[in-house]
Amino acid sequence: MANASLIPAGDFRTSYAADTTIFPTKTSRNTAILGVILIAFAPLVLTGYWLSVLIQIGIFGIAALGLNILVGFTGQISIGHAAFFLLGAYTSAYLNNNLPIPVFFTIPIAGVITALVGLVFGVPAARLKGLYLVIATLAAQYILIDFFSRAEWFSGGSVPASANPFSLFGYTLRGDKSYFYVVLAYLLVSYLLVTNLMRTRDGRALVAVRDHYLSAEIMGINLTKYRTLSFGLAAFFAGIAGALYAHYQLVVSNEGFGIERSILFLAMIIIGGIGSISGTLMGTAFVVLLPEAMEWISMELKGGTIDRALQLNNNLTFLREIAIGLIIIAFLVFEPDGLAHRWRQIKAYWKLYPFSH
Amino acid sequence: MEHALEVRNVSLRFGGVRALSEVSFAVNDGELFSIIGPNGAGKTSIVNCISGRYRPTEGQLFYHGRDITALKPNARAPLGIGRTFQNLALFHHMSVLDNIMVGRHHLLKNNFFTGALYWLGARREELEHRRKVEEIIDFLDLQSVRKATAGTLSYGLRKRVELARAMALEPKLILLDEPMAGMNFEEKEDMARYIVDLNEEFGMTVVMIEHDMGVVMDISNRVVVLDFGRKIAEGDPATVLADPHVKRAYLGEEDEVLVDPDDAPDHPSVAERVA
Ligand SMILES: Nc1ncnc2c1ncn2[C@@H]1O[C@H](COP(=O)(O)OP(=O)(O)O)[C@@H](O)[C@H]1O
Ligand SMILES: [Mg+2]
Repeated sequence: MANASLIPAGDFRTSYAADTTIFPTKTSRNTAILGVILIAFAPLVLTGYWLSVLIQIGIFGIAALGLNILVGFTGQISIGHAAFFLLGAYTSAYLNNNLPIPVFFTIPIAGVITALVGLVFGVPAARLKGLYLVIATLAAQYILIDFFSRAEWFSGGSVPASANPFSLFGYTLRGDKSYFYVVLAYLLVSYLLVTNLMRTRDGRALVAVRDHYLSAEIMGINLTKYRTLSFGLAAFFAGIAGALYAHYQLVVSNEGFGIERSILFLAMIIIGGIGSISGTLMGTAFVVLLPEAMEWISMELKGGTIDRALQLNNNLTFLREIAIGLIIIAFLVFEPDGLAHRWRQIKAYWKLYPFSH
Repeated sequence: MEHALEVRNVSLRFGGVRALSEVSFAVNDGELFSIIGPNGAGKTSIVNCISGRYRPTEGQLFYHGRDITALKPNARAPLGIGRTFQNLALFHHMSVLDNIMVGRHHLLKNNFFTGALYWLGARREELEHRRKVEEIIDFLDLQSVRKATAGTLSYGLRKRVELARAMALEPKLILLDEPMAGMNFEEKEDMARYIVDLNEEFGMTVVMIEHDMGVVMDISNRVVVLDFGRKIAEGDPATVLADPHVKRAYLGEEDEVLVDPDDAPDHPSVAERVA
């Protein structure tokens, strides 16, 4: 059942081109297009609060996608992803504040610079395994954060750096409503690029390195090159996302981007599905919405016995962290393939309904 | 005449274990060459030296006259050396198609940049190579499983996918480590025919490790026999099998000694097959 094909009977491909498309069927492609069109109307119908939630899902979804390349596809691990996110944020703000480059260009430039720094950290990391790799990426996290707090010229040191709103040649976009479209565009392009990568030579090489590095090597794949490259790619998307975040928040500071944020990024891909592109977005939405859901629950319980016993309002952040920890463990134990896998099963079930048993 | 492969005085030690001791032999271009010997004789070790997984402690390896002793394993595919593994080594979570496409890694030029754009030639190139891969799929009769995840296939099919992956890199020299181990009679027959075709139709030089003496006698041009890491005989199959050293080494006691239970490949469990 788990492997049931979702391609309707009678849908025969007539060429290899038709057989290598991103969407397996016309219906799935049209559904995706319709989904994007509906999402594009969000700023017209959603309140400012929910719009900001969507923007956050979009931004963190791009960073998590990068981490999934490294962890899900290449089989490495990193607990330093938040530091690269922050590097992208500071870099874009710095370039735009100090050079006459509009934000439109500093965001991709910040992505490239973060990727280069990721490659530098990737060179030693690609030679390490298991616990040693974890420690090396932890070191990356601390080295970068330490750099940000010392390098006043770059990050403002103890004062948060300010960042300008999105601009292009004197024209400035203000407000969440328009920024939503910037993030949506970046999100779509990022997911498209990674989907393409995974169906071409280098993407396959990454997965080959993960699945069986010895035979990957025999197939002519340079292990060190691809492991290092995956750090660069992960950092690239972290940098882009960080830059988008900087020009959304309009300030950048270290606060909130310690190791716990790196672990939240890992939580997003574990919950969504390790090595699943669509799962990454589901996992990100889950992790971003979780505190909202918890806040809603605590509001509902306000004044009741449970509230008095746990002092929900005072302990909300604490309870939220416990909940995320528990949910990660639950996913690792009960749903190691993540939400993406569950979603495929649900689709397969309804396709065959009522003959699914 | 220049040899496709020359193994010259190769020794390999693992701590105190001498896996190979001064082994020398040469394989002619276009030959179907077999390596036989009891378990632990060093057959896989020699193939690992040729493919670059192990570096000989002493001695040299030449491929079409070029010294490849110290060449990195991933630099050998572009020279035209391909192999399969005794214990399956597929990319388990990838589809059969993608497994075989990985075999074309060194022939493809698109990279993470053009690949991510699926443009600037990447798309055209991927489709061209996909066509080549489909030819291999047709040749090995893998059409019905091309979209299946490799890890879910039966043992015999996985062996065949491994062969397909090795073929995909268009090797001039292909090394097959027990390609028929654990197969039933029919599967063995198919595999033997594929191997002969590799040699005769595709023009590949084949070096094969095989325990099934019937197959070895039938299809090999020449045979080398290893025992305790030493070469004890070399020549055409009939002469080698008649050699008293070879008889004593391991043909002596029983007919089926060649299949040692310790070396039996791990068959996938029933659960794994159904999954
Ligand atoms: N990586 C290794 N580490 C230690 N010993 C090894 C290793 N590989 C092979 N050997 C030893 O070398 C000898 C030859 O092994 P192998 O080449 O696998 O034999 P065969 O393929 O003929 O059965 C055996 O004694 C085996 O234990
Ligand atoms: Mg062996």
